[in-house]
Amino acid sequence: MANHTLALRHQFDNIEQQKDASTFGMWVFLVTEILFFGGMFCCYTVYRSMYPSAFGHASNHLGLILGAVSTAVLICSSFTMACAVNSAATGAKDALVAFLWVTILFAAAFLVIEMSEWRMLYKEGLMPGFNFTYRDIDPAHVQLFFCMYFAMTGLHASHVTIGIGLLMVMAFRASRGTFTPQYYTPIEISGLYWHFVDLVWIFLFPLYYLIARHLQ
Amino acid sequence: MITATVETRENYLTHEYGVKSWLLTQDHKRIALLYLVAISFFFFLGGIFATVIRLELLTPPGDLVSAQTYNKLFTLHGVIMVFLFLIPSIPATLGNFLVPMMIGCKDLAFPKLNLLSWYIFIVGGVFVLYAMLVGGVDTGWTFYVPFSTSYANTYVIMTALGIFIAGFSSILTGLNFIVTIHRMRAPGLTWFRLPLFIWSMYATSIIQVLGTPVIAVTLLLVALERGFHLGIFDPALGGDPVLFQHLFWFYSHPAVYIMVLPGMGVISEIVSVYSRKKVFGYKFVAFSSVAIAILSFLVWGHHMFVSSQSVYASMVFSFLSFLVAVPSAIKVFNWTATLYKGSISYDTPMLYAFGFIGLFTIGGLTGTFLATLGFDVHVTDTYFVVAHFHYIMVGGTMMAYLGALHYWWPKMTGRMYPELWARLSALVIFLGFNLTFFPQFIMGYMGMPRRYHAYPEEFQVYHVLSTAGASVLAVGYLIPAVYLIWSLRYGKLAPDNPWNATGLEWQTTSPPPPENFDITPVVNHEAYDYSILEEMKVG
Repeated sequence: MANHTLALRHQFDNIEQQKDASTFGMWVFLVTEILFFGGMFCCYTVYRSMYPSAFGHASNHLGLILGAVSTAVLICSSFTMACAVNSAATGAKDALVAFLWVTILFAAAFLVIEMSEWRMLYKEGLMPGFNFTYRDIDPAHVQLFFCMYFAMTGLHASHVTIGIGLLMVMAFRASRGTFTPQYYTPIEISGLYWHFVDLVWIFLFPLYYLIARHLQ
Repeated sequence: MITATVETRENYLTHEYGVKSWLLTQDHKRIALLYLVAISFFFFLGGIFATVIRLELLTPPGDLVSAQTYNKLFTLHGVIMVFLFLIPSIPATLGNFLVPMMIGCKDLAFPKLNLLSWYIFIVGGVFVLYAMLVGGVDTGWTFYVPFSTSYANTYVIMTALGIFIAGFSSILTGLNFIVTIHRMRAPGLTWFRLPLFIWSMYATSIIQVLGTPVIAVTLLLVALERGFHLGIFDPALGGDPVLFQHLFWFYSHPAVYIMVLPGMGVISEIVSVYSRKKVFGYKFVAFSSVAIAILSFLVWGHHMFVSSQSVYASMVFSFLSFLVAVPSAIKVFNWTATLYKGSISYDTPMLYAFGFIGLFTIGGLTGTFLATLGFDVHVTDTYFVVAHFHYIMVGGTMMAYLGALHYWWPKMTGRMYPELWARLSALVIFLGFNLTFFPQFIMGYMGMPRRYHAYPEEFQVYHVLSTAGASVLAVGYLIPAVYLIWSLRYGKLAPDNPWNATGLEWQTTSPPPPENFDITPVVNHEAYDYSILEEMKVG
């Protein structure tokens, strides 16, 4: 119980209000994140509808297998994150620490796969601004596709990286025994953030890898 | 008799001393003062640019500064005034100070985040200042592509990053306010007992949270495009420059309401207290703030009537823009109705409130002119537009900001300002403002384009009037700067409730104790119920 009172900051009346406020704050933050990505999704939608065939053609250059595997990895990380929150709620400290590290591992694996995809595209001469040598069908609009691809997956990858940092802090705090079934709000709101990052990819994957691949 | 207790009491200004106690504070009241110092600096910096602009325009040929320098001057004036002064002005200073006090809690929900917001703001400001010192930026505050991405030869990326960073400060402040207002109200303080300032801060926060991320990502794309020449907004590579304008105004039109909504909240407080009446139609005024916040996201296309937008889209945007007049007019009519048969006193904050109501009405009505398709085509990019938005931003927001600063000065500092000087400066500012900007409506209508450093001789008379007005206005702004600083040491000690107001912030001492209230207040009456004060005196 000592831990419990220590964790209550002075501006709140009680621990329920504090938990409520923190969780609500994270939801509001996620709304801003949706708008943040929303600007780019909006650009994507406009250009996709303006140049459907170039976009369909360009998506053939992305590695379907790599994309599918990274999606699976990220979904697994969301599952282990949910397990971590559950362990925190039930007070299973060791399981909490383990699940957090597994989540971090999946997140790192996702980044490795994504970077290998980027490297492959760079080698193929499909990275605008660095190495874009593609001169086949409609190169200008294929370039636009890859601009949006790198901007959006890059922004997403930066969120994954921030997520890894956040989860590492949580893992260290958890191994010091900071969290109890009465007080595990930081784990819960980190979980919310992580599921959001996962969800963004769930939209990015079909939009870039799956739609209109038949347009060779 | 009250002053004796004030002097001996520990308050938020005296319970800790030293630079460290300020720079690492988590007290919302101290952070408000940190913001006050920072934005005052940016206001006077932006004002210096405006001064040089007005001096250049005194004569028809471009003789004081080169065209290139002139472009940098109006760009920096716009960037600094919009992003580093007006947007944080009322929310970050008075909002920060007042939101927890008005709802009767000890601090905002996330005090560390609040301090972080200030540092983020300062870092953003430093980026802009650095860009200014190494060579400036000449794109206009709107950063229109492809000029900003392909042709401008100035520090676009540095400035855009500064605004990008400062934007996060705005988002986090909005987030903090939303959570605080939802979760931390004092017992008995229901939504419809909240002061109207809180309602307007809530509506403002919604816009900050929903709009700012979009400008952030847009400026990020501009920086990427400029750095790597990606083609996202470059027509030569298949990109669409008009898409940039859509994204830019999707934030930047609502941003106008980030600037003016807090001012409207201030006016509701001031009008009520100086006419000793409840605000007429409280719920209408409260909901009109929310209505303005919602409508603000549906009207951005009225900035693009001449930008190859489809004519049908323009018609819809024109109609939706007219709709904004409805909640705005509700506010103006309800303030006027509040005055009716009130016992009105003409203290300085009330003078600013009168100034706001009149000037905002002119600014708002000329806004409906500009929402009219045919008229807008005639005056697009002229001084008519410049005059219109200065009536809203300077005539509206700046008046409300100064009114608020005077009204809550005794609470913030524990000192009274000199009333005579304050009334005089309010008058000087009102006259100077009108002399500066009213001629701009006329010359704009006659065809004087904005952003030109040289112009035909027939416009000179209007420019001379405008420059003369700007000089008066500058004097008007310098007087409060002097006497407010003077009052910190020599002003009369302020009583706890100098205006006999009903808000919770007046129920505690001036300046407030570190945790605002000795005991958590319990609210059992509506806002602006002045009969409560009589009962308290009798009791």
